[in-house]
Parts: sequence; structure tokens; C-alpha cells
Amino acid sequence: MQAGKEKLLWMYQKMVEIRFYEETMAAVYMEGKLPPNIQKGLAFDIGSGPVPGEMHLAAGQEPVAVGICAHLTQDDTVVGTHRPHHFAIAKGVPLDPMTAEMFGKVTGLGKGKGGHMHLFDNAHKFSCSGIVGASMPIACGAALAAKKMGSNWVAVAFFGEGAANQGSFHESMNLAAIWKLPVIFVCEDNQWAISVPKNKATSVEWVADRAAGYGMPGIRVANNDALAVFEAAAPAIARARRGEGPSLIEVKTDRYFGHFQGDPETYRPKGEVSSLKARDPIPALARLLKEKNLMSAPEESEMVRRAHAAVNQAFAFARDSAYPTAQDALADVFVSNGSHTRSLV
Amino acid sequence: MSTARILTMAQAISEGIAQEMTRDANVFVMGEDIGSYGGIFGATGGLLDKFGKDRIMDTPISETAFIGAATGAAAAGLRPIVELMFVDFFGVCMDQIYNHLAKNTYMSGGHVKLPVVLTTAIGGGYSDAAQHSQCLYGTFAHMPGIKVVVPSNAYDAKGLMISAIREDNPVMFMYHKGIMGLPWMAYLEGSSNGVPEEAYAIPFGKAKILQEGSDITIVSISQMVQKAVLAARELATQSIHAEVIDLRTLVPLDTETVLKSVRKTGRLLVVDEDYLGFGLSGEIAALIAENLDTVELHAPVMRLAVPNVPIPYSRPLEQFVIPQVANIVQAVQAAMLKKTAAAAHA
Repeated sequence: MQAGKEKLLWMYQKMVEIRFYEETMAAVYMEGKLPPNIQKGLAFDIGSGPVPGEMHLAAGQEPVAVGICAHLTQDDTVVGTHRPHHFAIAKGVPLDPMTAEMFGKVTGLGKGKGGHMHLFDNAHKFSCSGIVGASMPIACGAALAAKKMGSNWVAVAFFGEGAANQGSFHESMNLAAIWKLPVIFVCEDNQWAISVPKNKATSVEWVADRAAGYGMPGIRVANNDALAVFEAAAPAIARARRGEGPSLIEVKTDRYFGHFQGDPETYRPKGEVSSLKARDPIPALARLLKEKNLMSAPEESEMVRRAHAAVNQAFAFARDSAYPTAQDALADVFVSNGSHTRSLV
Repeated sequence: MSTARILTMAQAISEGIAQEMTRDANVFVMGEDIGSYGGIFGATGGLLDKFGKDRIMDTPISETAFIGAATGAAAAGLRPIVELMFVDFFGVCMDQIYNHLAKNTYMSGGHVKLPVVLTTAIGGGYSDAAQHSQCLYGTFAHMPGIKVVVPSNAYDAKGLMISAIREDNPVMFMYHKGIMGLPWMAYLEGSSNGVPEEAYAIPFGKAKILQEGSDITIVSISQMVQKAVLAARELATQSIHAEVIDLRTLVPLDTETVLKSVRKTGRLLVVDEDYLGFGLSGEIAALIAENLDTVELHAPVMRLAVPNVPIPYSRPLEQFVIPQVANIVQAVQAAMLKKTAAAAHA
């Protein structure tokens, strides 16, 4: 399946938005975390500032998110990882409540109870988890529901290459295959499981090869390229929509930041990140769009301006929002009974 | 018109599930051997014939995958019942239970609703050793986000199961093997009782006073309730009148019924088949300690539970660590002779 102009422009727009979001977050995250504003003797304080806690950013990994989500509708489910912003943005999760959640504000997706690794948006059927390998069982359940409801909706489980060594990966692949669930397992291989490189942790060069062990197609995407991901994903998603079962896609991608912000990255070879940035997928797609006369320079400027405006607006919204009241901590452990359920009959 | 028949707890549970499945097409069951086998402990007996394999789904031995799938399916609008064959197996899938099923509602600010019933078999007493004999309801009640239901008899089991299925939150429904009325395992017969044919719901958080008494309160749950009733009968012949309370659910916990009873009797014995340390018996003791401004104790609180050792295999060892009827009788007799410091000085 070839990507038409509309899809290509959409992918470019979203990648620009994701990149600017992550770069903005990287800067905002450092506010209040450095001397002299923190405890004497510390170089960095993870719990301080307007966005406290761990922060895992996905700059460089945009192609896998947009290349897959370009095929999805609002009715399809996406379950992301602890590094979830690119997936959420590509799935259409609104930036304002998503950002407010990371600021711990009452206007956040989870009213400030989840934070950046735990984003839930029912309307866009998006969720994620801070536990490595946890996206896959949940996505199987969404796919099972889609099947039981007689829809052609699909579910996508994103996970890193490190998660391919978790039991949940193997259990979910098998379950999805025997039940022919409409799931697409998408491995984003950024080569690093925190500090452990893939070749020291994983028995095969390509996680996608493990698909054969579960009787499903395994698709390799060797380049960190949105168009390549889009084209490789098309048959997998079509297969799932036809009710023929799951596929596994592996995309080689690049992590520009550390595992988390503040990661000293002593394990990473010097110069690795700058060499990765030399093949940045965003300017690459811009060049392609211009070569094909699908995007003019003024159109590009306008897309960048819109992306930046949306991100800046979201951060302003988050800053301006109120914190929850302390007693709100006691609410929402359970929902109250009697709200609707979707009917099958 | 209600027709009550004597059913085993297993029959009552499967009847409750069947009635809710007929009422609500969103309800389905997943688990290991829950189809043609009918559940290793009979909780899903006969359901495959009634509802077919699309709604009664045998799974591979992949608890992480299918319990996680229950969470995903519930978030999408279905109402899964999912079975963890023995509670002891939670070790292979606990991340999906307590990091996802139990927390996603809270982390979403109450936006994600997860109507999942997680059924599981608990309890020992038949020499199945340390990996197949635990109760562990205290473990699940300790962690926020899951309601914990532990019936002691067939009538309650059906009504609590129906409530569990209608509940919009995750429910752990824990049935003790030694009261299911299985044809291949000795059981305490008090657990099989009259069960109306029609559907009925028993609300969570309402303890049941099985026997009224004025001398001591015995608080218990699950199979231990049946043992406590037998002990109370024997104690009555010695003119000791025990009040026996079946908590029925741990989350939510009916603290009022317990407090009211202990205010009346002035004595408390907690009888528990879970581990002694950091569990149900300590929780109930703490409840009394925190309310000593309105509770006057005649004797110190007493606890009978499994000492902090894994459940042993050999019969005399296992019977020693799991409280028996005779132990309950002796503990009550001891409690009747004890006095609090205040009572001794009065």
C-alpha cells in the first residue's frame, strides 16, 4: 500500500509535533531540578520542579508511531509503553489534558493520578503502562472485545525490544495466534534496554523472526523511516481487519535522549547520538515531500508553526491548570456502580 | 415463587454465572480447563453446553496473557469472568493483577471501568502442600483496587457471584476447595445449603451473623466459618455462647457488625486460614484496638491463624498449622478465662 499525499503530510505533521513536544518537555522537565534550587550536594533532583518523577522521551522514535497510527481509526485501540508520548500524539490523544497529567494537574487525563507513564484516554482508545511487556496482554483483550463485538477494529501493542524477552510477549503472541485476534504487535527496537544493548540480551538479531514460532507473519523494517513503517504495516493491519489474526512488526529506531531524563548514559558509545541524528527521519521525510512536490516551503513552515502552537498551548494549559485538592487522593480507587456498558445484543 | 434446593457451593456458583450470562451477553468466561472439564473445582460446570465455546473459553496456560486480556476486554466494554486455577499461581501473573487490573481505574482518574471477576480456588486441608493450599485473601485485600469476596456456603456464593458480575469494579472471588462439595474431596457439609432457583444479589460489605451469642465474638471467613459454627455448637453444650460472624467480603469490610458484636460480648477470637502475620486477623484486632473508646474488652483479643510457615504436606503437620474445630473450642475456653489488665483490676 502506497501512502497518498494526505497520509504523508499527516505523518510529517505528527512527527514534527512529537519532536517539538519531546524537546519542549526535555527543557521544561529540568525546571527546578538543578542547583541552587535543590538540596545541597545534589546535582539533580528527580522529584522537584513542575514535572516531577521519571521522564522517558521518544525523540527519534517518531516513525514507528506515525507509520502505524496512520492506518488506524479512533475505534482502533493502541496500548503503549513507559515511553508513550509519540504513540499518544499519533493516536490523537489531545495534548492539553495529556500535558496537564504530566504536570499532575486536576485537568489531566487521570486528574493527576497517573503521570506520564500512565495515560488513559477512553475516547481515543489509548492507554499505556509503566511495566515492560505489559501492553501485549491488554491489547489482546481489546482485540478479543473487537472480535466479540463483530467489528473490524484492531488493537496495536507497542513494546520495546527489551520487552521481547518478557514472558508476556510469548504468552500474548501464542494467545493471539490461537484465537486469531486482530492484534498487531509492534516492536520498536531502539537497541537499548536502559543500558543493556540488544545483542547482549536477545537471542536473535531480529525479534520479528520470533513470529515464526507462533505461526504468524513477522515483518522487518530496517530503517527508521515513517514511509517504510507505513508500507510494512499495511498488510498486517489489513490481515487483522479481515479476521485472519495477528502479525509481529519490528522497526529499527533510534533513541536520541537517555532512557530517562537525567540518565548519565555512561554506557553509550561517544558520538552515537550525533551519528543517529545524522539520519534524522523528520528532515528525511521533508526532503521526500519536497522532491515529490507534495509540500512547498511555505506549507512546511505553516505545518511547523501549527505543531509548535499546539504544543505551546498544551504546556500553557498545563501550567495554568489547578492542582487537585489533597483529599482527591482518596477518590477513584473504584468507580461507582451502574454506569453504562456497551451492549452486544 | 422461590424454590430452594440444597446445592453445593460449586453448583451454586455455576448457576449464578449461568443466570447472569443469560441476562447479559457481555459476560463471558475464560480460564484453564473451565470448558469441557467445567473448572477443576466445578465452578463452571455445565456452562460450555449452555453457552458454547465462544463464551466459555478454555485458555492456554498463560495467566499473564489471559488475565491481562480480561482487563483489556473489560476496558472495551465487556464483562469477563476469568479464572486463576489456584490462588497460589498468582506469582506468574501478579503484574497484570495488581499493577493493571487493580490500578488502571485509579490511574485514569476513575475514567477506566474494569468489571472483571477473577475467580480462584483457595485453601488447604487435603495435603496439597505449599504451592496449592494457601488462602492469600489478605494479600489481595491489602492492595487497593480489588474487591475481595470469600463465601462460606452455597447460598451466599450464588448471591455474591451475581453481585460480583454486576459490579463495575474488579472483584476477586475466592472459593475454598474444602467447601465446594466436590465428589472427590471431603468437605464441611454446612457449606451445602438451600439455594433459591431465581437470581438474587447479596450486597458486598454486609457480614452475616450465623449464630447469636453473648459470651464471645468469633470473626471468620470462608471454610473457617463452617469450623467456627461446629465449634460454637460444642461450646454451647458447655454453656459458652459464641456469636459467629461470617465477614463474606474483605473489601469492602463490614466493620460495624464486628464492632457491634464485640461491644456486646466483650471478647473476640479471629479464626483465619490465611497466614497470621500482617493479615486478616491483625486487621480485625486493629479495628478493635482503634475503637477501645467505645468497646470494653473483658479479655485480650485472640487470633487463630496459620503460623508463618508455608503449608506443609504431611497430614499431621498440615492439620497442626491449619486451625481445626478443636483449636477453636480450646481458644474460646482460654479466652473465657483471660482478663484484660483493666478487667483484672476492676
